[in-house]
Amino acid sequence: MNILQRVKGLVNKSFLTYAMVIVSFVIVQLLANNGGISSTLRGQLVPICAYVVMAVSLNLTVGVLGELSLGHAGFMSVGAFSGVVACISLGDTIASEPLRLAVGLIIGAICAGIAGFLIGIPVLRLRGDYLAIVTLAFGEIIKNLINCLTIGLDGGGLHFGFLSSASALNLEPDGRVIINGPMGISNIPRLSTFTAGFVLILVTLFVVMNLVNSRSGRAIMALRDNRIAAESVGIPVTKYKLMAFVTSATLAGAAGALYAMNFSTIVATKFSFNTSILILVYVVLGGLGNIAGSIVAATLLTVLPEMLRQFNDYRMLIYAIVLILVMLATNNETLKGLPTRIRAWVTRSPAPQAEVGIDG
Amino acid sequence: MARVETKLVPQPATNYLPERDADKQPILETRNLGIDFGGLAALDSFDIAVSPTEIAGLIGPNGAGKTTVFNLLTKVYQPTRGTILFDGRDTLGMSSVHLSRAGMARTFQNIRLFNNMNVEDNIKVGLHKSIKYGMVAGTLRLPSYWKQEKIAHERVRELLSIFSMEHLTQHRAGSLPYGAQRRLEIIRALATDPKLLLLDEPAAGMNPSETAELMENIVKVRDTFQIAVVLIEHDMNLVMGICEGICVLNFGKIIAKGTPSEIQNNPVVIEAYLGRREEDHPEDERAEGEDPGVTYVEGPEGHSTDEWAADKGPEVMHGEGREEDHHADGD
Repeated sequence: MNILQRVKGLVNKSFLTYAMVIVSFVIVQLLANNGGISSTLRGQLVPICAYVVMAVSLNLTVGVLGELSLGHAGFMSVGAFSGVVACISLGDTIASEPLRLAVGLIIGAICAGIAGFLIGIPVLRLRGDYLAIVTLAFGEIIKNLINCLTIGLDGGGLHFGFLSSASALNLEPDGRVIINGPMGISNIPRLSTFTAGFVLILVTLFVVMNLVNSRSGRAIMALRDNRIAAESVGIPVTKYKLMAFVTSATLAGAAGALYAMNFSTIVATKFSFNTSILILVYVVLGGLGNIAGSIVAATLLTVLPEMLRQFNDYRMLIYAIVLILVMLATNNETLKGLPTRIRAWVTRSPAPQAEVGIDG
Repeated sequence: MARVETKLVPQPATNYLPERDADKQPILETRNLGIDFGGLAALDSFDIAVSPTEIAGLIGPNGAGKTTVFNLLTKVYQPTRGTILFDGRDTLGMSSVHLSRAGMARTFQNIRLFNNMNVEDNIKVGLHKSIKYGMVAGTLRLPSYWKQEKIAHERVRELLSIFSMEHLTQHRAGSLPYGAQRRLEIIRALATDPKLLLLDEPAAGMNPSETAELMENIVKVRDTFQIAVVLIEHDMNLVMGICEGICVLNFGKIIAKGTPSEIQNNPVVIEAYLGRREEDHPEDERAEGEDPGVTYVEGPEGHSTDEWAADKGPEVMHGEGREEDHHADGD
């Protein structure tokens, strides 16, 4: 009986998250085809997908591993710039746009994963506040490094420059500057589509939810709950911390590449500390360790500023007030207990329902 | 003719093992083990040996250094001096993780469960080394994942059945009653397939019937798994009831070793626990009202030991020290 309930519970919880994403995608697609969505909101669709992936991946570090990371936008920018460079470089080699986008996302993800590994080794020796501040510093370092980077492409391949102007790349006449220091990348091929974003969200959910419900995920959560006890049953701390951190960075890299290829230009300063905090807000608002919550929070908080556009100057003020009210409401014990009480009330009523066993 | 004084080196102290295991190599042996905290020797000259199937007890008044011994054995602390041999191997340079893999498992005085995970997952973390699939197989849900998870699930139920806790698999560990949390910690330790199980106050917070059940279960675990158990406990009924060899610590030093009856009649031990007897008879609630004739004197500085306390030793000692600080072990 317990096994059955368990399997049902697991399937239901993951299944509900997938179902929520798929149903939302179908509805939005239908609305978009029938002109039911304003053009500004349509422009937000890909960024929403990117932020959802960012939030879910950061939830792996903050909610599942239990370490506060304030540099998540850094990995997003690594993915964005490496992914775009890859897509531009492969412009002649791979004709199919979706395939080129996929390759760009994968390269962005790999580069961000490598960055996550390199940063993770020193950073994950720290804990708590110290780790948070050092990740913040690394996020800023990445931003400033990319700000100084120049990359050009010509017949001879990629040319790299650092702290020098684009002319110092010595490109051939037919060459093209891809990253031009603080000017970032312009004339990006806009390969990202809402469908691609949707697929990336599904892949992210698949990776994160399966990882969490496996041997490795249990080890990661054990470290979060009690490090000394985890060590006492033979869980190697560094290995599993790195695993969570690198997976998180990899997914952020793919999100960054998706995000960048939705715009014609992108600059490194876009991925600043503010962006990291914004993503952290999605995670905290959605609930630590709550994947579906992250998705909802990222979506609503990306759409909300657009919805409030009619308030002009008061837009961000109202945004902040909404944020405060939501935080207060979700931390209110009376409101938190409401679903349980409703469930109790429903089960007490004459027609008991069988399917109310999912924890909300 | 000037005589050069011969240098004398310390030799290992005498250790006792159960007769049935006398020819076997001890699973655990410490030699001159000690640790200093800021110049203060919290533990000094600690020599014990535990045979592969022995149930050994480590007792002593509050602050004697019992939990420190466990933290040294499991490398939560690094010893200042001395040697720990586990299964014949010097553990110098090994970490908690290495020792767990080598077969040393422990529970904690202040319970350390994975509170936000359910009972089944807590035990599966303990099964970590015996579940054999990697991150990729887990993420992609390859056949090895399903196969290994099925085995693990069955193993979890087997282990839970030792303490008849099968019905609790889906409960959050942090929401369990105190006694169930202690039992879950023991199960999680057993899940690592240990050769030596260290139990730090397993009966703390349990009522007498739960304690009696725990005693049976500890013996059952030893008999079933053929492992050694070292336990720290203040409940003298438990210690005297199931321990074969007992080691008494006071102020970081071993003051006695021996069988339960030897320990009960050892004047030094009685003095350490009870102090010196005085002539007046004030009530003391720590004696649980059943021993109106005894008085506790702070500190072990007493000089005389009286026969009366020797006779009543274990009963008087029962219940003493249950208030030991539950935050004492290292973090």
